[in-house]
Amino acid sequence: MQPKSGRVGESPRRPDGPSKVRGEFAYSSDLRVDEMLWGATVRSPHPYARIVSIDQTAALALPGVHAVLTHEDVPGRKVYGLEIPDQPVLAIDVVRYWGEAVALVAADSPEHARRAAKLVGVEYEVLEPLTDPELALTDAAPRLHPDGNVTRYVKIRHGDQNARADVVVTGEYEVGMQDQAPLGPESGLAIPDGDGGVNLHLATQWLHIDRSQLADCLALPPEKVRLTMAGIGGAFGAREDLSMQAHACMLALRTGRPVKIAYSRPESFVGHVHRHPGKLRYEHGATRDGKLVYVKARVLLDGGAYASSSTAVIANACCFAAGPYECPNATIDGWVVYTNNPPCGAMRGFGSVQNCYAHEAQMDKLAAALGMDPVELRIRNAMRTGSRLVTGQVVEGPAPVAELLDRIRKFPLPLQGRGSGRGAGAAIDLTQMPGGVSNTTHGEGLRRGVGFAVGFKNVGYSEGFDDYSTARVRLSVVGGRPRAEVHTAAAEVGQGLVTVQSQIAATELGVSDVVVLEADTQVGSAGSSSASRQTYITGGAVKSASEAVRERVLTLARSELGRTEAARLEGDAVVSATGEVIVSLAMLLGNEVIEETREFRPRRTHRLDRDTGQADAHLQYAFAAHRAVVDVDVELGLVKVVELATAQDVGRAINPQAVEGQLEGGAAQGLGLAVMEEIQVKDGVIRNPSFTDYLLPTILDMPPLRMDVLELGDPHSPYGLKGVGEPPTISSGPAIVAAIRAATGRPITRVPVRPHDIVPT
Amino acid sequence: MRISCTVNGRPRVAEDVWEGESLLNVLREHLDLPGSKNACEQGECGSCSVYLNGQLVCACLVLGGQAQGREVVTVEGLASKEALHPVQEAFLEAGAVQCGFCTPGLIVATHDLLIRVPQPTTVEIREALAGNICRCTGYAKIIDAVHLAAKRLSVPLQGEGRGGGGVEL
Repeated sequence: MQPKSGRVGESPRRPDGPSKVRGEFAYSSDLRVDEMLWGATVRSPHPYARIVSIDQTAALALPGVHAVLTHEDVPGRKVYGLEIPDQPVLAIDVVRYWGEAVALVAADSPEHARRAAKLVGVEYEVLEPLTDPELALTDAAPRLHPDGNVTRYVKIRHGDQNARADVVVTGEYEVGMQDQAPLGPESGLAIPDGDGGVNLHLATQWLHIDRSQLADCLALPPEKVRLTMAGIGGAFGAREDLSMQAHACMLALRTGRPVKIAYSRPESFVGHVHRHPGKLRYEHGATRDGKLVYVKARVLLDGGAYASSSTAVIANACCFAAGPYECPNATIDGWVVYTNNPPCGAMRGFGSVQNCYAHEAQMDKLAAALGMDPVELRIRNAMRTGSRLVTGQVVEGPAPVAELLDRIRKFPLPLQGRGSGRGAGAAIDLTQMPGGVSNTTHGEGLRRGVGFAVGFKNVGYSEGFDDYSTARVRLSVVGGRPRAEVHTAAAEVGQGLVTVQSQIAATELGVSDVVVLEADTQVGSAGSSSASRQTYITGGAVKSASEAVRERVLTLARSELGRTEAARLEGDAVVSATGEVIVSLAMLLGNEVIEETREFRPRRTHRLDRDTGQADAHLQYAFAAHRAVVDVDVELGLVKVVELATAQDVGRAINPQAVEGQLEGGAAQGLGLAVMEEIQVKDGVIRNPSFTDYLLPTILDMPPLRMDVLELGDPHSPYGLKGVGEPPTISSGPAIVAAIRAATGRPITRVPVRPHDIVPT
Repeated sequence: MRISCTVNGRPRVAEDVWEGESLLNVLREHLDLPGSKNACEQGECGSCSVYLNGQLVCACLVLGGQAQGREVVTVEGLASKEALHPVQEAFLEAGAVQCGFCTPGLIVATHDLLIRVPQPTTVEIREALAGNICRCTGYAKIIDAVHLAAKRLSVPLQGEGRGGGGVEL
C-alpha cells in the first residue's frame, strides 16, 4: 500500500522508510551487476613527496588485474575542485597529503584489487611537509601551489576602526579537525554505456556539480555522463567533493566493464575533506553597562592540501565572526591556507562552528569582566530584525536571538543527583557519570556546570553564487486515482527531503498519492544538499512546479467544464472557494497528463567587497541557542554532558518530526566536536583513521535534549520556512564548553576538550 | 571454500569464499543479503549486527567459516513479506530513521534487547545499544522507538525467532 502523503506541517512516514528498516534500501555500497570489476586506489604514504617513478609491472602481472591507471590516463582535465580546480584526479609528479590518490587498479575481486594496489611500485622523494598553518602564511614556507599558500584572505572593516571601549577582553581559541563520519563509506558503480559514455550510480550531495567536473576530467560531453543517485548513508558535507567518482568512471571506460569502488572506513578518512581546524584570536570591547563597542578577530583556518570549498568556509567564518549580536564596529581578518595536512572543506555549520566557540567564549569572558549575567549580556546585545551584520547587511525576517536565549534560560534545570536525575540517595547509575561504566567515579570529585551559547549562519549559497533548483511535477491518473510524480536531482542524504517534497506536492495539488522519483541528471540541477538550503530551494521549486500544474488543472476545469468557480485542488478533486466539489481529478484528467518544470531562484546575493568585506552577501539567516549542563570529574578530567536544551526558529516546520531529528542529530555532532571527536594529525599523518580511535558520540554519550521549536515565519521564503540543518551543530558545542568552564573554573580554549585541559598538569 | 548454513530460515551455500572473509562479506557479497551494513568493519559501529545461533554478533568480527552448519538471522529475516516487524514499525513511526545506514543493525540489536528485556528502561536501552553508532539522529528518536516497540510487543510474539540456540521470541 502506498503511504498517504501528508501535507505541509504534518509528519508523514518517510517514503523510503519501509525499505530502510527491512534492510532492502540500496545504498551505493550495495550495488552490483554481473561481470563487474572492483577498483582500488593506490594512495600516498607521505604527506609531501615528489613522485620519482611509478612501476605497474608487478600489479599488472597479478591474475585478475584488468587495468592500472595513473594521471597519464586521465582523458581530460587532470585537476578538479569545487571552487578552484587545484586537485589532481591522480597525483601528478607530487603528492601533497597523506592518502592522496596516486594510481588506480581494476581487478576481478576486491581482494585482487587490494593486492594489486599494494604491488604498484611508486618511488617517492620525501619532502619536508608544511603542517603549521601559521608558517604557511610566511615566506619561509614552501609554496605548495603556484599562487602561494593563501587560498583566500577575507578582510572586513565595519564602522569606526579606532573605537575605544571601557572594558576589553581578549582570547585565543583553537578548534580541532572534525570528521563528518557519515556511516556509509564512499562508494559507487560506473557502467560503460557501450557508446563512449558512462552511467555512474553513486552517493553524492550534488549530482550536477559532479557531472560537470566528471565531464571535464573524462573529456566527454555532459550528456554522455549520466548520474543516478543510489542510497546515501549520510553526508554532512563529506560528499560535496569528488572522491571515487572520476576513478570509477576512468576504470570503467578503460576496461569496458562495470567497475565498483567502495572505500573501507580507513580509506574514507582520507577519501573526503574534513572540518577546518582553526586558530582564532579575539578582542571584544564594551561599555561599562555591557553594550558591545567593537570586535576584532583574526581567524586562521587550515585548508590542507587542496582548496575544496575553503574560500566559502573562510567567508562564513569571517561574516559571522562577531556572532548574532549588534556590533557597530568590527575589524576582522581571516585566512585559509594550504598546508600538507588533510584537505578540509564542507562540514555541517561550514565556518560558523569554529567562530562560535570563540565569540561565545568571549561573551562569557566579557560578562565576567563586567560582573554581568552571561545570558543577560547576550540579550542586551542580541541581533534583531533590522540589525546590521558586520558586513553591513541588514537582517531581514525574524531574528529572535533574545527570545531564543530567554527560552533556554527558562527551561527547568535537571536534578543534581547520582545520575539519571533520580535525586540523592538513589542507586548510582554509572551510565550518567563521567567515565561511565568504566567505574571511575561514584560521585566524588564531581562538579556541575551550566553554560549557554547562541549562534547563527546563512541559509543557501552566498556571495553571488547562482542558487537555484529545478523540479518537474507530473499529474496523471493511475488506476483510477490521481497521482503526482515529483522529479528533482536533489540528494536525500537522510534529512527527509524526499518526504518534504511529497508533502509540498500533496499540499499544492490536493492529492494524497505522491511519488518522488529517483534523483538523477535527467532533470535540471537542484544544487547541493548543503547550506541548510534544500527545503527552501528545492522545496521552492517543487512548490512552484506544483502551482503551475495546479493552474493548468484549474484552467482546464474552467474552460472545458465552464466551471468558472473552480478555485483550488483538494481531496483529489477540483473544489470551489467554499470547498464544494466541482469535479474529481480522475474525471477531469482522464488520460491527460499535466507536467510542468520550474526553476526556483531566490533573490541574488553579492560578493564581499575585497577591501571592506561589506555586501549583501547572504540570503537568509538561521538562529539557534543551546544550554548545556555537564558534570565534570575534576580529578580525572572526564566530562558527562547531563542535558542539552535548545531553542531554534525554523520559520515553519514543514515536517515537525524531521525538524526535531535535525535538532537532535545536529546537537550530537556539536557534542562530538566539543568533547570527543578529533582527527589527530601528526606531521601530516592521520593517527586515528578508524571508528576505534576516532570517537563518535554513542547513545550513552548523548544526553536528553529539551527543545523549543519556534515558527516565526520568514516573509520571503516558501511557507515562511527557514533552513534547519546546521544551526543545531553550531551552538551546542560552545554551550558544553561554557558549562565545563563554569564547572571547573579552567579557561578551556581548545576543542575537543581533553582531560589534560581540565586537570592542570 | 564452501560454507553451508541456514540464513533467515533457509539453507544456503556460499561458494568460493576466501578463508579470510568475514561473515559480513559472505552475507553481502556471496548470499545477496546486503542489508547488514559495512560502516566500520571492526566491530565499533554495530551496523552489521546479526544473530549467529541466536546470539547477537557483529558480522564483521566473525569469520565466514564460523557460520558453517549454523543459523544466521539478518535484518532481512525479521519482517514477513506483507508486514514489518513491530520493531521496524516503531522505528518508522518514531522517526528513528534518517539516512538509515545504522538502522539494520539497530533493528536487530533492539530485537535482541526486547527478547532479553521486554520492558527496558531508558538506561537499559542506552546500555544495550551502546555498540550501535548513529550519525544522524542523536539517538533520541531511537530511544522513543525502542519504548514504542516494547509497548507494542508487550504481548509476546510467536513463530518468529532469531534462529538457533533454542531461543524463541
